[in-house]
Amino acid sequence: MNTRTLPYREALREGLREALQRDPRVFLMGEDVGRYGGTYAVSHGLLEEFGEARIRDTPLCESTFTGAGIGAALNGMRPIVEIMTVNFSLLALDQIMNNAATLRHMSGGQLGVPLVIRMTTGGGRQLAAQHSHSLEGWYAHIPGLRIVTPATHEDARGMLLTALEDPDPVLIFEHALLLGVEGPVEGPPHPVDIDQAAVRRAGSQVSLVTYGGMLHKTLEAAARLAEEGIDAEVLDLRTLRPLDDTAIMTSLRKTHRAVVVDEGWRSGSLAAEIIARINEQAFFELDAPPMRVCSQEVPVPYARHLEEAAIPQAEDIIAAVHQLFG
Amino acid sequence: MSDFRMPALGADMESGTLAEWHIQPGERVERGQVVCVVETQKGAIEVEIWQSGTVERLVAEPGDRVPVGEVLAVLRGEDDTVGETPPRPSPAAPPTARSRRPADLPPVGAPAAPLRRRVSPAARRRAAALGVDPASVSGSGPGGTITLEDIEQAAATSGPAAAGDDRDAMRQAIAAAMSRANREIPHYYLGHWLCVEPALAWLATHNARRPVAERLIFPVLQLRAVAMALHEVPDLNGWYLDGAFRPAQGIHLGVAIALRGGGLVAPALRDADVLAPDAMMAALGDLLTRARAGQLRSSEMSDTGLTVTNLGDLGVDSVQGVITPPQVALVGFGRVSERPWVRDGQVVAARCVHASLAADHRVTDGAIGARFLARLTDFLQEPERLWQN
Amino acid sequence: MAELSRETIRDTAIDCILSVAPEAEIDRLRHDRPWREQLEVDSFDFLNVLVALETRLGVSVPEGDYHELTTLDGLVAYLEARLAETPP
Repeated sequence: MNTRTLPYREALREGLREALQRDPRVFLMGEDVGRYGGTYAVSHGLLEEFGEARIRDTPLCESTFTGAGIGAALNGMRPIVEIMTVNFSLLALDQIMNNAATLRHMSGGQLGVPLVIRMTTGGGRQLAAQHSHSLEGWYAHIPGLRIVTPATHEDARGMLLTALEDPDPVLIFEHALLLGVEGPVEGPPHPVDIDQAAVRRAGSQVSLVTYGGMLHKTLEAAARLAEEGIDAEVLDLRTLRPLDDTAIMTSLRKTHRAVVVDEGWRSGSLAAEIIARINEQAFFELDAPPMRVCSQEVPVPYARHLEEAAIPQAEDIIAAVHQLFG
Repeated sequence: MSDFRMPALGADMESGTLAEWHIQPGERVERGQVVCVVETQKGAIEVEIWQSGTVERLVAEPGDRVPVGEVLAVLRGEDDTVGETPPRPSPAAPPTARSRRPADLPPVGAPAAPLRRRVSPAARRRAAALGVDPASVSGSGPGGTITLEDIEQAAATSGPAAAGDDRDAMRQAIAAAMSRANREIPHYYLGHWLCVEPALAWLATHNARRPVAERLIFPVLQLRAVAMALHEVPDLNGWYLDGAFRPAQGIHLGVAIALRGGGLVAPALRDADVLAPDAMMAALGDLLTRARAGQLRSSEMSDTGLTVTNLGDLGVDSVQGVITPPQVALVGFGRVSERPWVRDGQVVAARCVHASLAADHRVTDGAIGARFLARLTDFLQEPERLWQN
Repeated sequence: MAELSRETIRDTAIDCILSVAPEAEIDRLRHDRPWREQLEVDSFDFLNVLVALETRLGVSVPEGDYHELTTLDGLVAYLEARLAETPP
């Protein structure tokens, strides 16, 4: 198999192109996805390749075009709606939660919404408090949605293809800091599993549970911990709803210690949910209190040093792990 | 002021050696708190205090051999006036610089409130399985937390050798108690075979689909049956002291536990007539585990009203026991084995047990002993009644 | 879990027994005779051995199967059969 290295945004684009080629019902819709080539240049060149009918620029109104996507999905299409950042998705929250997530239930199973919504999440690029938050944990609270967070390049391509096969709405959260990161892919894009978490680094002494943009900082922390003799396992959740409890508990039964790394705010975070499950399902496996590394509970600051201080860094993960060892 | 004195941790104890204090002057103690460890001929015992107050001073020092009834420490009660040097309230902790803590570990060693010893859940479970007492292990985790690894290391390093010297002392203690029993107590013995198929069927139903760790073992039913029978025949539950029988308060059964490598202890399974099945199993497991780790508490050694010896699933068919003075009876069970049994005029193979009673003729006569064994048999024949009070 | 050899299972079983009865003279144990009698493992310790086996191998033994565990050989054969039926 030929391995290539490419930036994450190009891996996303390969996934989009493959999806558009595979299925005539698929189309991409969102702000600046066409003529401008995507705010983050993810869809660059697709308008020229697939035409205006399938690469559709929309007005700046998330509620409207998300609603249009839901309508198209209800009527047999396979729309991909792109929302520029997770903060803006709040304008479409009514459509996402009250329509996309509920219609199958409200209709007694008669109506499905096979809609995929992609959005950028996370901080780290000095875009301040209205473009930098990590709200995927909120969305993971909502029954009726599947939440996926591609952290690797293979997942960036493949999760979209699997999501389009899902008969229900899937939200894909793409971390902004990853867009320019180079990484390997093998062969042409193909659907990947979106049910299971993945061990990205095997270890025996502590389980670092994370996802998305935090995976890379966590792997960095694990590498530095290894230098001081602490053997950390890194688990990439990949899908935040439904959570792969089995993978989390399997890792914990091996290591007996857990640190959850989550860029969301600490209170009411996805990390809190994971730790609650650990306590419920594996309390007697614990050899130390489960820990969280989350963002500081402030609107994400603009100034670089403040933003770095607000968002979890490898040093914070290492410090949390140190608290678990005497 | 009041004195905290060396307790009698068994009828034959004359003195004990203070091994360590768990308290210090100025410290507040609560009724029931373990305040020191005393080495006796039966091994190291954690001694509880039965009065709340503040420690005025410690009289005995670790290593001292202290006769029963002698003062170990002086305690100041709630109403006593404070002495010359009142304990200074510890100054309020200075506000710490705001540090970035990625987690919420409580500050180590801060408040004076009695904190539970830090043993991780995994370590606690493994300690129970390995028979290691976490209190005897020093913790290597954060804030002195005892970790899984600490327990495993402790289990690996502590062998039966650790108790080597105590064995001789224990042998002597058993020799003294049993000699006294045979010298002073006019024993009478009763015994009969009983079919335990109903009890075993009850047990199998109870344990079906339960995970291994939550299952009951048959001795729990036997102990419960003894407790329920004692309820109906209380004359066997108590002590013969100063020429008269004194009934015990509550039903606390001494459980004779053979120690690996020799020796025997019989700590009390307290309130055996009250505990629910799972609680009783847990209490029994805890006793067995701590007895083998040499970590029993003073209250478990002194208020037993009757002892049960169960030569168990492995041993012999029957036992004619020796009473532990000043108790007035001992119940013995042999192993469970298949025997020819007559049921509805047919000889069938049935699992049976021999139950025996050794009792003090100064206190009871054979008729009472026989009534007790009959009640005991009833409860094991109708196990659904065991927890039906 | 990778497939375990019979010897690995036997070693694990012995480890579990030793974790409960550390002073047991395991070298003198006859594998084709009842092991609890030989090692003086009572019903409580037997339960602890089962807990240890469950932790190590993931095999939970129902009470109805206890009779298959009488000898060490029987115990090992039983575990082997149970592990083979458990999907990895």
